[in-house]
Amino acid sequence: MKNPFEHLDKILEHSVRLQIMSVLVANETYDFNSMKEILNVTDGALATHIRALEKEKYISITKSFVDRKPNTRFKATERGRKIFKMHLDALEHVIRQQKK
Amino acid sequence: MKEKQEYEKDLASIRLVMERSVKFISLSGFSGILAGVYALAGSAYAYTLLYYPEIPLGNPSLFIADHPNLIFKLQLSAALVFILSVGTAYLFSWFKAKKLGIALWSSTSRQLLSDLLIPLCAGGIFILILLSQEYYQLIAPLCLLVYGLTLLQCSRNTFREIRYLGVTEIFLGLIATLRPDAGLVIWAFGFGLTHIIYGAVMYFRYDR
Repeated sequence: MKNPFEHLDKILEHSVRLQIMSVLVANETYDFNSMKEILNVTDGALATHIRALEKEKYISITKSFVDRKPNTRFKATERGRKIFKMHLDALEHVIRQQKK
Repeated sequence: MKEKQEYEKDLASIRLVMERSVKFISLSGFSGILAGVYALAGSAYAYTLLYYPEIPLGNPSLFIADHPNLIFKLQLSAALVFILSVGTAYLFSWFKAKKLGIALWSSTSRQLLSDLLIPLCAGGIFILILLSQEYYQLIAPLCLLVYGLTLLQCSRNTFREIRYLGVTEIFLGLIATLRPDAGLVIWAFGFGLTHIIYGAVMYFRYDR
């Protein structure tokens, strides 16, 4: 990687969005409330970042009802996984370069 | 462009949320120690019923069938050990979750519970059927085997020590199958001593 900064993803520069993707790469699916709790963010903040990630097709959203309560689940798309991995590799290179 | 420290913080936060989202970290080592103590107490009681004052070796399934009262007492004490252990594990997990500031009932604990219930219930029912048909010889090894396989099944969602504990229990279960005369001793070793050792290791590593 000549210039790792080129490979850093603009969308994932934001730490909440990066964390959302981390959870979805480690778990097949994740629901809204559990995600909110793990990341320790408000409903509104999570919803905003989720929307941004969905717009870029990094994740897919399914809405259903469990015991009449709405249950929103997220899943990383193939595209999302690929970009997350690229971003992670770039991060690693950036840090390694700066350590020299 | 961000500063280097920020990139490092990004990487650290990825690691943290990945781990937290997959692992059930509210499990307390202390509840393992207590479960071991209950099991040892239960084994000591079973020893007084079956062998006292002789050494605890010899195959009890040869004479136990003629003593329904004895069987009832053994089953009752085993059930008590089980209920106390589960209750303690729940209570201490609740405390630890509160201390860590996370919810006990989360996506991770639900996953853990669903992984745990299927092998545990299947094995438990299998053991109950054997009991009802008066096959006593395999009860002790089966308890160890079922428990070990259950731990192994849910170990990917919690601390890695649980995996080693599972393998240890499976190994002891197989040994107990070979040596039905030492069933109680191996059971006490597997559920008592092993729990205390692993519980203490986990307590010192994660609870303090």
